[in-house]
Amino acid sequence: MSTPSAVEAPIIEARKLEKFYAQPDGSRIQVIAATDLAVYPGQIIALLGPSGCGKSTLLRMLTGLSPASAGSVYWHGEPVRDGSPNVSIVFQSFALFPWLTVLENVEAPLEARGMASIDRHKRALRIIDAVGLDGFESAYPKELSGGMKQRVGVARALVVEPEVLFMDEPFSALDVLTAETLRGELLELWLGHKIPTRAIFIVTHNIEEAVILADRVVVLGRNPAHIHADFIVDMPHPRDHKSSSFVELVDTIYRVLTRPDHEHDSAPPKSAAPGKPLQAKAIMLPHTRPGGMAGLLEILQDQGGKADLHKLADDLALEVDALLPTIDTAVLLGMLRLAEGDAFITPDGQAFAQGDIQSRKAMFRKAALAHIPLLCQMQNALKAKSDRTLSDEFFRDLLDEHFSEDESRRQLETAIQWGRYAEIFDYDAATGKLTLTEA
Amino acid sequence: MPSPTVSLQTATTIPPALKRPAGSRSSWSFLIDITVFLFVMAAIYGLYAVGHTWLGPVPAQVEISQSPRALPLYALYSLVRLGLAYLLSLAFALAYGYAAARSKAAETVLVPLLDILQSIPVLSFLPGVMLAMVALFPNSQLGIELGSIVLIFTGQVWNIAFSFYSSLKSIPRELREAAIIYRFGRWQRFVELDLPYSTIGLVWNSMMSVAGGWFFLMACEMFVLGKRDFRLPGLGSYLQTAASNGDTRAILWGLAAMVAVIVILDQLIWRPVIVWADKFKFEQVETAKATTHNLLDFLGRASFVILIFRVAVRPVMDWITVSLAAGAARAAATFSAPKRKTTRRSLLITLAAVILVGLGFAVYHAAGELSDLHRADYFTLLRSAGLTFLRVNGALLIGAIWTVPVGVAIGFSPRLVRIAQPLVQLAASIPATALFPIILLFLIRLPAGFEIAAMLLMLLGTQWYILFNVIAGAMAIPTDLKEASKIFRFGSWDRWRRLILPGIFPYLITGMVTASGGAWNASIIAEYFHFQGGIVSTTGLGSAISGASDAGRFDLLLASTLIMATIVVLINRLVWRRLYRLAATRFKLET
Repeated sequence: MSTPSAVEAPIIEARKLEKFYAQPDGSRIQVIAATDLAVYPGQIIALLGPSGCGKSTLLRMLTGLSPASAGSVYWHGEPVRDGSPNVSIVFQSFALFPWLTVLENVEAPLEARGMASIDRHKRALRIIDAVGLDGFESAYPKELSGGMKQRVGVARALVVEPEVLFMDEPFSALDVLTAETLRGELLELWLGHKIPTRAIFIVTHNIEEAVILADRVVVLGRNPAHIHADFIVDMPHPRDHKSSSFVELVDTIYRVLTRPDHEHDSAPPKSAAPGKPLQAKAIMLPHTRPGGMAGLLEILQDQGGKADLHKLADDLALEVDALLPTIDTAVLLGMLRLAEGDAFITPDGQAFAQGDIQSRKAMFRKAALAHIPLLCQMQNALKAKSDRTLSDEFFRDLLDEHFSEDESRRQLETAIQWGRYAEIFDYDAATGKLTLTEA
Repeated sequence: MPSPTVSLQTATTIPPALKRPAGSRSSWSFLIDITVFLFVMAAIYGLYAVGHTWLGPVPAQVEISQSPRALPLYALYSLVRLGLAYLLSLAFALAYGYAAARSKAAETVLVPLLDILQSIPVLSFLPGVMLAMVALFPNSQLGIELGSIVLIFTGQVWNIAFSFYSSLKSIPRELREAAIIYRFGRWQRFVELDLPYSTIGLVWNSMMSVAGGWFFLMACEMFVLGKRDFRLPGLGSYLQTAASNGDTRAILWGLAAMVAVIVILDQLIWRPVIVWADKFKFEQVETAKATTHNLLDFLGRASFVILIFRVAVRPVMDWITVSLAAGAARAAATFSAPKRKTTRRSLLITLAAVILVGLGFAVYHAAGELSDLHRADYFTLLRSAGLTFLRVNGALLIGAIWTVPVGVAIGFSPRLVRIAQPLVQLAASIPATALFPIILLFLIRLPAGFEIAAMLLMLLGTQWYILFNVIAGAMAIPTDLKEASKIFRFGSWDRWRRLILPGIFPYLITGMVTASGGAWNASIIAEYFHFQGGIVSTTGLGSAISGASDAGRFDLLLASTLIMATIVVLINRLVWRRLYRLAATRFKLET
């Protein structure tokens, strides 16, 4: 595959693409910071990042599914109008229509384009054959295994001969072996020029998957999403997992993913409307439960207090997506330190790992009140009330100033989990009341 | 809001028989073809017979024959009414649900409106609708026929509309996105995504609606409005005439005919449809047990049906989709998008203005009517409402008291479920209004006999919903919880308090919500009934509504209807909705 050259014009180009939600008070919740991104012909480009960082939103803006808040997307230099670009998406959940047969599923996009029945048939059958589904034309999706279903998803995407094939975590709902097979088949179609598609854009949270497939890996940072790093993968196919250059690149990407990027955190938020005071940026809680962190710290402790993140993920058979939030939690609470892709346990973390249930709770409480402003704020608010009780709505309104509606709900859920574990407050889910725990 | 009653047998699957490859044809196919053909002939004759009476002149006095021999034709007439009302309901419900789900502006109006419309007692529309329809077609039976169809329609449509709306709102995001990214037009999206996704909900709600239709059929095939006497030949009028003559033999014949029709409908239409609908279940894996249905296999094997499907249905659907797609592409090329939006907006504004003006007019006149009533009238109405309130809730309580232990006993025993389920379903589908005359025959001689009979009718109309749901709830209690209660040696009271009651709570509430609305509606018949040549009645809001329409007092009718609708809406908002929320949060069995 050719590397991007200055001569070849990009198929898609996003200029200063942004996504934010305007708040009634004039401020904004920034989901994606102004981003420039271009997709060149002849490339597989992988967009990598932890879950919830806005990868899928970015993909949806590039395809025109979701409107951009600011900036624009250009197709061959022309601004995108609704539905004009010739693209396809392969979805994580397959998104097949269960009441249609394999053949009907694959034919549906052609039907939408007004193609006659006979031509539709021919074209659909050809592509079904190409993805290895020959003989399953009249089967219904529920009769198929996960891998077969995603093959139908790929066939349906390819049947319209898209110029760019978008894939949204296409293999993450599959087991490891099936995912491996499907990746191989995709590469075979692509490298063998069996499909007229000119570029593939794949969103993933699996670093190895990105490095195996892509010619270029774009790493997304979060809160708000922004391009954190951009790697060219200059290795011939088929790529060997065990080769030193492969392992080295995976390691580097790990390091980048876990490196806190200060330049973005310290940048003034774009949110302020003229004349409004800038709001202090809220710390976003990773969505984890306290129990997971204890396990991680214990393992680190067993390994001598230091571990390579890549190896850690491998040992735990966890994808980076599952591991990173737990690591973030530990870092946030001052129990873990990250440096150059390695994790180091702090003295606090050691004490926590060795503690019993009750002392762990006490330590968690201390760390939480010291490092997490939200929990402090919640405790103070509850103390200020004579009956020591407040409704969760109150805190949700507070969080709504900083986060989108969904996110503030999740933030509050997490905060409640942590606060209950730390015995800062009690929560009655039926009434939605938080009550201060009396010491 | 009553959600679709939880069904006991949604877990069935079948490979779709209609698309069975033609290779499975047996040598019987010739006979099958002939049978299907004969059915079609019979249906055509039926249509002819119905059309003949409908378009015929209004006879001075329709005589409702009491001979059992008249029953097949009467059954046909009733069925046609019910069928047409159902088709009308389905079409309207699809349009209503679609509009509510697709347009944000429409949603804000249509969804609360649905809630209120559901609460208005259908039977109090009866006089108004009938008079309007008869005025439209003064020279044929068509007016009364249409009136009864419209009434049955208003009793059937709302839960179907709500089911379609909530199905559309719950279509998974990625499926919606797939439809957009692959450029599905409105039609293709409707046929290949919206409709299939909603099918299962539509089927179950259709069954409930048609069962409810029988209930109203009894009332609206024959009734008196002031000096006018409206009669339509049918099963309902047959039973009513038999009841007012006190003719026990005819009542039993009529009842037998109705049960037969209901059973046949169930076997020939609903069972196969349920099995067929399983194809539309949104699931990723196939469930272990596949159920088949004989009739569906039978139809799937009839080469005649396959031929019609291949030659007529498929290509037509295909043609519509493809030509609409091509048309949309052309239109998009010719017109620029923004212009269309403004014309549409101005159209919408005009429409809204027209509706508002009409509404204001109606409210003005209604207020005029209502202000003519004396304060004493309102006092009487409120007192009546109190009595009906007691009766309705008494019936609900009795219903809950007997159905909970019985339902739990059935639900805990797979053997009992197998035996009881079809029986309960049959019992539930027999309209309480048809049984009412028989109950009255026994009870009328007792002191306060009518009072008891009225409660019994409400109970009959509502207890099945509760029983259904309790059985489903008991079946849904996980075995490990039952085992845990055994291991910890719960006494039977503890077992009920800690396991069974919390476990069935959400289901019980679902059943009670539906039952409550049904009982209010039933009071209109239960409290005021033409029987053995006279009228038996007891004080209550339902009896006030019936009495007002008998006497042609529109002001009273309007006032009592409004009071009933308000009470039902208030109870829904203040009681059921809260309990529902509690059920959905605290008592939800989640894994």
